[in-house]
Amino acid sequence: MSLYNLQKFLYELNRNESIQENYSENIDSLIAKYSLTDEEINALKEGDIGLLYVLGVNGQILMHYAALLGIEWFDYLEMMREGVRIHGPVRDGVYAMTGGGESFTNEEKER
Amino acid sequence: MSLVYSGVLSHAPGITGRAHLVENTEKRDEFYAALENQKSEIMDSGAEAIIVIAAEHFANFFMNNMPAYCIGIGDSYEGPIEDPKWLGIEKTKIPGAPNLAKRLTKNIMQTVDVAYSEEWKFDHGIMVPLNFLTPKYDLPVIPVNINCQGPPLTPLHRAWAFGEALRRACDEVPEKIALVGTGGISHWPATPDSGKINEPWDREFLGHLMRNDKDALLGYSDEDTYNDAGQGGFEIRTFITAAAAAQGQGDLQFYTAEIPIFAVGCTVARFSIE
Repeated sequence: MSLYNLQKFLYELNRNESIQENYSENIDSLIAKYSLTDEEINALKEGDIGLLYVLGVNGQILMHYAALLGIEWFDYLEMMREGVRIHGPVRDGVYAMTGGGESFTNEEKER
Repeated sequence: MSLVYSGVLSHAPGITGRAHLVENTEKRDEFYAALENQKSEIMDSGAEAIIVIAAEHFANFFMNNMPAYCIGIGDSYEGPIEDPKWLGIEKTKIPGAPNLAKRLTKNIMQTVDVAYSEEWKFDHGIMVPLNFLTPKYDLPVIPVNINCQGPPLTPLHRAWAFGEALRRACDEVPEKIALVGTGGISHWPATPDSGKINEPWDREFLGHLMRNDKDALLGYSDEDTYNDAGQGGFEIRTFITAAAAAQGQGDLQFYTAEIPIFAVGCTVARFSIE
């Protein structure tokens, strides 16, 4: 249920510009409306893409959230890999990392 | 009058948002030219509205009330929900076709219990196709969603039935209607594996699709699709619906796996309306 709440919060944030306004200043009051674990709360406060990915946040929700935070594409991919390296495999959902963490594009390999 | 156009195209956000990062610009531009050609074919069809069968990505629907199928009956829509700079598409307002959409929905309900909504925020799943097919946003749009994100997902044979219902509904109204299915084939979007493409799987699926081989198209299981084509492969539902609506053979006008930074095998095709 907690992952559901975590995703619900991000879903609302991603699609609602009024929530996005002053998000960083209002984050405590915004997330207080959702029943979340301490791990999830900390991940949101830190904008920890890697941990949110491992917790099982749907990839599309997470991708839109990362864009909202202004995270560049290749950095976003690497944050997810780093999350798996630190926290282990994705715990839920259908967006698990199936490869060995390698890049599938020349553009990223040549950075 | 009838359905005057049915086709499919890719909708991955990188197609617009990461265009500047592409190394293989020649192949990218071939893809864009194929999309430009698709736009011309739709315009030449005389279409008065376009149905976009999309697989949305949590812009409107969540697991508190997830419809298997939904049709937009609103006056207008807005999009994209994503950061415009990230997607490479400015926020805009898109005209709907409420009267037509309601008549189509009523007809479809004869065989498919479709949901409807007067509110709809477009994400890349619809905005990327519109960016190429109706860039002035001057063609009324009827958004359609098939849940390809939050399992349990609708079975493929129901996606086929939905396409048949759309076709019957289109053929029973006086307006000329174009229809496109947008989605990916094999791909692992929004994961660290982004850019991974199973080209043999794509080409086999596209072979079935272009032959409009119903038995082969409905023979995929979600388990096999997940293993071979990733969670992004669940979006084949939109392509299957477009094929079922057309009922004719397809013409694969463009496919490449050579732009992996777009995170999908880039596809453009049209079907014969039979």
